[in-house]
Amino acid sequence: MRVSQITKSRELILALALIALIGLISIRFSSFASPKSLINVFNDTSILIILALGQMVVIVTRCIDLSMASNLALSGMIVAMINSAMPGVPIIALLVVAICAGIIMGAFNGILVWKLDIPPIVVTLGTLTIYRGIIFLLTNGEWINAHEMSEMFKAVPRAVILGLPALSWFALFITAIMVVIVNRTPVGRAFFAVGGNPNAAVYTGIDVGYTRFVAFVISGGLSGLAGYLWVSRYAVAYVDIAGGFELDIVAACVIGGISIAGGIGTVSGAVLGALFLGVIKNALPVVNISPFWQLAISGTAIIVAVAFNARSERQQGRVILKKAEQTS
Amino acid sequence: MSEVSSGMRVVPDQLQGRWLKFFKSWEALLLVVALAVFAINSFASPYFLDAWNLSDATFNFTEKAMIAFAMALLIISGEIDLSVASIMALASTAMGYMVQQGFGTPVLVLTGLFVGLACGMFNGFLVTRLNLPSIVATIGTMSLFRGLSFVVLGDKAYTGYPADFAYFGQGYVWWVFSFELLLFAIAAIVFAIILHRTSFGRTVYAIGNNPVAALFSGVRVVRVKFILFMLTGLMSGIAAICLTSRLGSTRPSLAFGWELEIVTMVVLGGVNILGGSGSIPGVIISAFILGMVTFGFGLLNVPGIVMSIFVGLLLIGVIALPILFQRAFARKGS
Repeated sequence: MRVSQITKSRELILALALIALIGLISIRFSSFASPKSLINVFNDTSILIILALGQMVVIVTRCIDLSMASNLALSGMIVAMINSAMPGVPIIALLVVAICAGIIMGAFNGILVWKLDIPPIVVTLGTLTIYRGIIFLLTNGEWINAHEMSEMFKAVPRAVILGLPALSWFALFITAIMVVIVNRTPVGRAFFAVGGNPNAAVYTGIDVGYTRFVAFVISGGLSGLAGYLWVSRYAVAYVDIAGGFELDIVAACVIGGISIAGGIGTVSGAVLGALFLGVIKNALPVVNISPFWQLAISGTAIIVAVAFNARSERQQGRVILKKAEQTS
Repeated sequence: MSEVSSGMRVVPDQLQGRWLKFFKSWEALLLVVALAVFAINSFASPYFLDAWNLSDATFNFTEKAMIAFAMALLIISGEIDLSVASIMALASTAMGYMVQQGFGTPVLVLTGLFVGLACGMFNGFLVTRLNLPSIVATIGTMSLFRGLSFVVLGDKAYTGYPADFAYFGQGYVWWVFSFELLLFAIAAIVFAIILHRTSFGRTVYAIGNNPVAALFSGVRVVRVKFILFMLTGLMSGIAAICLTSRLGSTRPSLAFGWELEIVTMVVLGGVNILGGSGSIPGVIISAFILGMVTFGFGLLNVPGIVMSIFVGLLLIGVIALPILFQRAFARKGS
């Protein structure tokens, strides 16, 4: 009860900070807060939202997936190659292929963590370079450019449905699914149990390794989906796409209040964290600040967010102790 | 009272014995890998076994290894610093700025050391005073430090370093032995002594195994961790001086992605990523392995990205294989 109140208020504070940020920008540049511009920002952040949701479940189970950006790049390259070789293959089939490729890579991470007990940061540090290296082996470093992709392939994320681009609908759809998985399924509860206290989770009959495996499969599948979206949106596929993006994903989660120590985090937190980074990225050119500031600002945002989260997590610890005192 | 003290003496002795055994087997495994890499390389290319070529090869790992030693101590203590490559970029940018102001080599070196130390202290402050998890705090400072470098430089570069500054990255002490190799050797010895022969080193292990128990045993956990972050920052500053001197220019993308390569080097060297165990000799061997692999593949015209696959497989394989072997033996035993 108390814990959920704190986490709720944390998301509320982040949402207020986001609104304040948008308000501050729109004081001087009123066009930034227009619905059209905000839709643009959301659309531009959609891929980061999808990835942050995948990273969120992994981090909640006390793991970390640093291979997401490489997974994205490889899945994206696979569908781009299929598309340029066989333009006739329907997009829905390519989507399935991308998600399956992502799931396979995620499952590989998950099995190493589950069956061999290798620390997740080591596993995904390794697969981060392996997955990206495989792209090079597949393509010999060649690019797949816009003219080699079919029109349909490139059109899907841009198709406007009910005033929103399909890319944004993907993000909303995934968010809805993740809300259900995280809050309304046994495995969703298991994520938090495993992250909160792995030993206690074992005694309640939860298979810790398997639960982490599932988390990695989810993050892998979402990376695969993001792979297709990324490649079709930017209409280019090559070895280095989304290079270094894995840390942006972690940053979005951290800003969203997901505790790197596991057990704490919400879907809305991950979405808000991603949006926070997205607003900063899109606001800089509007406010006429050199885009070179972006990295320094998001770094500061991460540090401030973590410092803030660390404080509220400590409060939570105190509350639990008080309760224990009262009952005993 | 005497019973207590004798009892206390027994426990660390047992632990130490077990650790030493583990290190020995790990280092033996690494040595086999190193020899294999060396042998395969010398069969694969006739140019490999050449003193000057081998000397050039050492530049592939000396700068990273200098940071890896400090990082090893940090990881053994249960923390991590992902901002090291960004510290290098910021230190190099500061040195470039000083060149622009017309300062000479001594000031440049001091600037590099100072910026490295200051960044390390900032990390240490975040982790030890604000109690932030180091992996997240240093992901933040990783963006912040490199971001500052981008703010100062944008898409430009600093060049025009004084001629005598080139010695640090390009000079040779004697025959094929470069100044960087000498620095690497000194750093290796100093860190090996700190970790394996001083009480400070023992406290690093103690903190990594159980920070709470270490605290109650009178170890100044906060201070030790702060010093380790400072050391890591300082070594990043030294590496920045070497790399800047070797390249002769500064761009904000300097040493991009090195943090993961350095962590790979440390983990491959047998340091437990969860803290508590590891050794400097292991890191030295793994530095040689990575350097020789990079160099050997380079001679065979294998692209860098294929090398990175190999490094990734090596990282997972070297950790997974002993576990698999152990299980196979355990099953036979039971």
